Amino acid sequence: MSNETVIHSLPDTASTHDIEPDGHHGHHKESFITKYIFSQDHKMICKQFLITGMIWAIIGGLFSVLFRLQLGYPDQTFPFLEDFLGKWAKGGRIEPEFYYALVTMHGTILVFFVLTQGLSGTFANFLIPLQVGARDMASPFMNMLSYWFFFASSVVLLSSMFIETGPASGGWTSYPPLSALGDASLGSNTGMDLWLIGMALFVVSSLLGGLNYIATILNMRTKGMSMTRVPLTIWAIFFTAILGVLSFPVLLSGFILLLFDRHAGTSFYLSDIYIGSTFKALPNEGGSAILYQHLFWFLGHPEVYIIILPAMGLVSEVMSVNARKPIFGYMAMVGSLFAITVLAFLVWAHHMFVSGLNPFLGSVFVLLTLLIAVPSAIKVFNWLTTLWRGNLRFTPGMLFAIGFVSMFISGGLTGIFLGNSTIDLHLHDTYFVVAHFHIVMGVSAFFGMFAGIYHWFPKMFGRYLNNTMAYIHFWVTLAGAYLIFWPMHYEGLAGMPRRYYDFSPWVSFNNFQGLNRFISIVSIIVFAVQLLFVFNFFYSVFKGRKVKTQNPWGANTLEWTTPINPGHGNWVGEIPEVHRWAYDYGKEGREFVPQTEPVGANEQKH
Amino acid sequence: MESVVNRPSAQRKRIHPYKFILWVAMGSIVMMFAGLTSAYIVKSNQPKWIMLDLPVIFSYSTAVIILSSITIQIALKEFKERKIALYRNMLALTFVLGVLFIFLQLLGFNQLWSSGITLRGAGAAPFMYVIFGLHGLHVVGGIIALLIIFIKAFSRRNRSYDPISIEVASTYWHFVDALWIYLFIFFMWIQ
Ligand code: HEM
Ligand SMILES: [Cu+2]
Repeated sequence: MSNETVIHSLPDTASTHDIEPDGHHGHHKESFITKYIFSQDHKMICKQFLITGMIWAIIGGLFSVLFRLQLGYPDQTFPFLEDFLGKWAKGGRIEPEFYYALVTMHGTILVFFVLTQGLSGTFANFLIPLQVGARDMASPFMNMLSYWFFFASSVVLLSSMFIETGPASGGWTSYPPLSALGDASLGSNTGMDLWLIGMALFVVSSLLGGLNYIATILNMRTKGMSMTRVPLTIWAIFFTAILGVLSFPVLLSGFILLLFDRHAGTSFYLSDIYIGSTFKALPNEGGSAILYQHLFWFLGHPEVYIIILPAMGLVSEVMSVNARKPIFGYMAMVGSLFAITVLAFLVWAHHMFVSGLNPFLGSVFVLLTLLIAVPSAIKVFNWLTTLWRGNLRFTPGMLFAIGFVSMFISGGLTGIFLGNSTIDLHLHDTYFVVAHFHIVMGVSAFFGMFAGIYHWFPKMFGRYLNNTMAYIHFWVTLAGAYLIFWPMHYEGLAGMPRRYYDFSPWVSFNNFQGLNRFISIVSIIVFAVQLLFVFNFFYSVFKGRKVKTQNPWGANTLEWTTPINPGHGNWVGEIPEVHRWAYDYGKEGREFVPQTEPVGANEQKH
Repeated sequence: MESVVNRPSAQRKRIHPYKFILWVAMGSIVMMFAGLTSAYIVKSNQPKWIMLDLPVIFSYSTAVIILSSITIQIALKEFKERKIALYRNMLALTFVLGVLFIFLQLLGFNQLWSSGITLRGAGAAPFMYVIFGLHGLHVVGGIIALLIIFIKAFSRRNRSYDPISIEVASTYWHFVDALWIYLFIFFMWIQ
């Protein structure tokens, strides 16, 4: 079914207004509310996701600065903390309970609210219709709901930070029994319930989004846009959505069982364990905390790829455009995305090597885990060969794309250490793991996201970001990320455990005190530079240099054939037809050949 | 506008996006129940596992939901043949059967609960309450959808011959039916 038939037969699909170049609508004026708040235009929903994600990123980043103060200066007090945090920082020192709450919220916010919905929500919404040639999503209404569920879950999570007992504090993985028993810790009370409710709403949001992304990509492509011609961004988002749609429901079922254990007296995860704070054994029978770990990591591992795949897609596209070369090995890129998607479902137990897992089963998971290195290496190889002998244009987007590859290599290599269960016995729950996943997932995904924002900002807002601030942002972040996380490998190898409040009682870790302080100082600098980016962002939305040409980067993809400030419906008149893949750069003496250009008579066809 | 509407040669035969969304959503729901039933299998191998005999009421509810699948299929057929009166009757019947199904499920829960099988302790019962309960919620979602379509079928203003909403609803209805049969057999055989 074509776009137009869909749009015209369904009341709630994309606008059928006459679309004029500067986005004014012919039929009726949109009110402020339908245009900016309950908007069904995918481009506005993208901006809502982006800005909500940015606010979360600032909060989550600030939390890390706070707990880094504790780790860097365990023997000092900071009276200003008491002014801000009140009872949580009596005498200017963060309370242990609050330290755990900060770590938990930092993880939850950045993994889910920033790098999942902030990243996917932004770029899936923006790029799918624009790059496949559709006027909007398959169901703009569901798309709007997806954002508002995200908003509701954000409100719930945020509210948990202001309650008497504080927010959840059992880590972003919320393992029982800590998460199942109110007596276990302060944060295991109402904070944990709000965490679970917030996450349930979050799951609904990402399912609504994911269903729409898949349906739009498969059903709403413009004429000529076969699946082998779509840009890699679209393939990456497609596989991301599949991962989410198949793994988030399992997480939800794990959460439902947890809620029952908390409030209905069931024994899914709880057994007759003895509780120190009440001096009693629980009445529960037969529950197994490991069951939760299985249900959690069955999502949890795909989740890390839900975070990284969109970044990979963005990087591939930005890199090819700015290397003025076709992406190397398009089909290999698609194939490796597919392989990663399949393998992502088969490796979850590598997070549980020390949970008493049967060692034979463990060795199966070792094998499957190490297999992921193959598609990952293919991707890295293809990015490097795309750069090789390209006419590189070092735009800020391109720098972040290259930085992504560097980070992904560094973090991927340590994954191979951890994937071997014998080495993981020593490294599990140490700073080595913290270093691994921050480099390979945290920083890499942020780099992919920044590459995307710098590259598509002109299309989103019709203005450019300031380049000077962008270059400062890039170089400080790159250097800072390595300075923060590289030393953590050494700490982890020496056995320094993660999630500890204070290491000073351990004589063996005393020699890391200076290093910890150094890491904390760099974190503060890097955080400040992110604020510079935020300033650049909002300044440029209003005051940035205006975009004067339709296709400022000389890119092939369809979004650059729309007006500079496209209205709802994206194209004036017909949606263009596509005649070639997205990567005809430097072909037969031409710098770039847009996808809309018919294949010439003597031209080699792709 | 005309040129946009009648763009030639773009009419590839494709599944309607709403139907497609439904199919993906059903895959997603399957994963949720697959997660729960595999949790059940893992736990049922542990010591202290207490088995559960399903009361006979659940067989009646199985019959009811299978019947409702047949009636909604007839409704769909009548709609496509524009026999609107018959269509409305069948839709109403399906709706009533759906409500009856939920009622029987609650009756079954009640019977078990009053015989002392509650959420406490180890074993199959707590799983049964959670899994059947979640399935029931999905049926309730279907009942609400039916209700909306039913009201539409009687409204004078909204005369639509577009079968998409009834098609989507009937597919979903068959899905929750099949899901129930799976769960029923699962709890009968895997102990
Ligand atoms: C070569 C590929 C990779 C391998 C072999 C690998 C292996 C592992 C292993 C075995 C662990 C568990 C360590 C432990 O807790 O003891 C782990 C943790 C983790 N990995 Fe990877 N990894 C790889 C790539 C990635 C990628 C690409 C991402 C994300 C984009 C990622 C994100 C994470 C996260 C978030 C954790 C820690 C979760 C937690 O405990 O809080 N990994 N990795
Ligand atoms: Cu993993």
